Amino acid sequence: MKLHLKIWRQKDANSKGQMVDYPLNGVEEDMSFLEMLDVLNEQLISKGEEPIEFDHDCREGICGTCSLMINGRAHGPDTRITVCQLHMRSFNDGDEIVIEPWRAKAFPVIKDLIVDRTAFDRIQQAGGYISVNTSGNPVDANAIPIEKDVADQAFNAATCIGCGACVAACKNASAMLFTSAKVSQFALLPQGQVEATERVQNMVRQMDLEGFGNCTNTGACEVECPKGISLENIARMNREYLNAAVKA
Amino acid sequence: MSGLIKSSLARKVVMALSGLFLVLFLVLHVSLNLASVVSPDFFNEASHFMGYNPLVQFVMQPILIAGVIIHFVMGFILEAQNRAARGVGYVMYKGSANASWVSRNMIYSGLVVLAFLGLHFYDFWIHEMAYKYVEANPADPTRYYVETVEKFEPIWRTLIYVVAFVLLSLHLWHGFASSFQTMGVNNKYTPAIKSFTKIFAVVVPLAFAFIAIYHHLNPITH
Repeated sequence: MKLHLKIWRQKDANSKGQMVDYPLNGVEEDMSFLEMLDVLNEQLISKGEEPIEFDHDCREGICGTCSLMINGRAHGPDTRITVCQLHMRSFNDGDEIVIEPWRAKAFPVIKDLIVDRTAFDRIQQAGGYISVNTSGNPVDANAIPIEKDVADQAFNAATCIGCGACVAACKNASAMLFTSAKVSQFALLPQGQVEATERVQNMVRQMDLEGFGNCTNTGACEVECPKGISLENIARMNREYLNAAVKA
Repeated sequence: MSGLIKSSLARKVVMALSGLFLVLFLVLHVSLNLASVVSPDFFNEASHFMGYNPLVQFVMQPILIAGVIIHFVMGFILEAQNRAARGVGYVMYKGSANASWVSRNMIYSGLVVLAFLGLHFYDFWIHEMAYKYVEANPADPTRYYVETVEKFEPIWRTLIYVVAFVLLSLHLWHGFASSFQTMGVNNKYTPAIKSFTKIFAVVVPLAFAFIAIYHHLNPITH
């Protein structure tokens, strides 16, 4: 396959970036998208040029590290996968492929295609936990029976890998799907009830402080989420927030 | 309270509640308008009641105007924040791949409806205020039907109204069901809410458009 790549290059956080054209030959359809970029980087390095920086880690669709906007879609044209699981067979010989970093004020570019997603960490730190002293605590959490349906919903929310595709895809750069998944995984279980009021308020406050946009219920996040996190979680977060406001 | 309004979720709730309130008002408005087609006498009677009942005039009308203002001012604030939240824009962004056109363009359908409201207020509300309070005309319970039908004599006004109703339909198509999601309602009733939204978003603007076109085609012969 021969490809015409257009890739965002940016020296560092303070520099102004630009799109750069890279023609690439010899791409095989069995390569993953990241392997294709590896091939390009080897060529750049052999020519003495700076390789393109992009985030990746497990390359198994588990860690949520890879993050590319490909031809205008988060994680590329396929659904329910991360970029590392995207293969070149999804493209055709001669295709032009536009590759950009996630775009959000709260996700500033560090270099090239790598963005700073620590805003998600700070939202998580604001309330995405339960305060249980595990040392000397004889009560096993698994001893509390949970309805299968509820356990499944909590588990589904917990499958969020925090990749940021929801923010990248949302026209408002809203982080409500991420935040609502993190709120929901606790809100659904008895262990999460103790701190439920403060959790939703603190996490939403942090989300707003980071400068993410507001949800307008377009549903783009749900479509692009590699884990299929549902909009039901946003409705649940809204309920939790309204309940917290009434209690406060 | 001010802390609540600073929150993104609270702003969404304000948007949803004011929107739902305006949806309720649309039902009342379209019902009364339909009377102008079915029974001019009843239309005159109902319009006179609305125009001179102190509860309607001095309590409900200000609440309605406040609802409209809150809805569009909050809409502008949210839109400005949402645009700022992106920062640097994408070179390529395929919004149509994952979200409907109506959901992505609420600001534009809303702006058209707002511009229409300007004309609509000028046509009817300002006229009423001038008739009653500036010119201080005596109450005339029989004038409403004739005044309404005469408004739709020019084709340009009828066309503007119909175009605005199309945009109102698109706005409702996303907004009505969306407000339930914002209020935290996403359960077994959601498919029914979405279906009802689509019916409502078509039927109500269609009825408004029908009334405008009907009066245009059936002018009062002098």
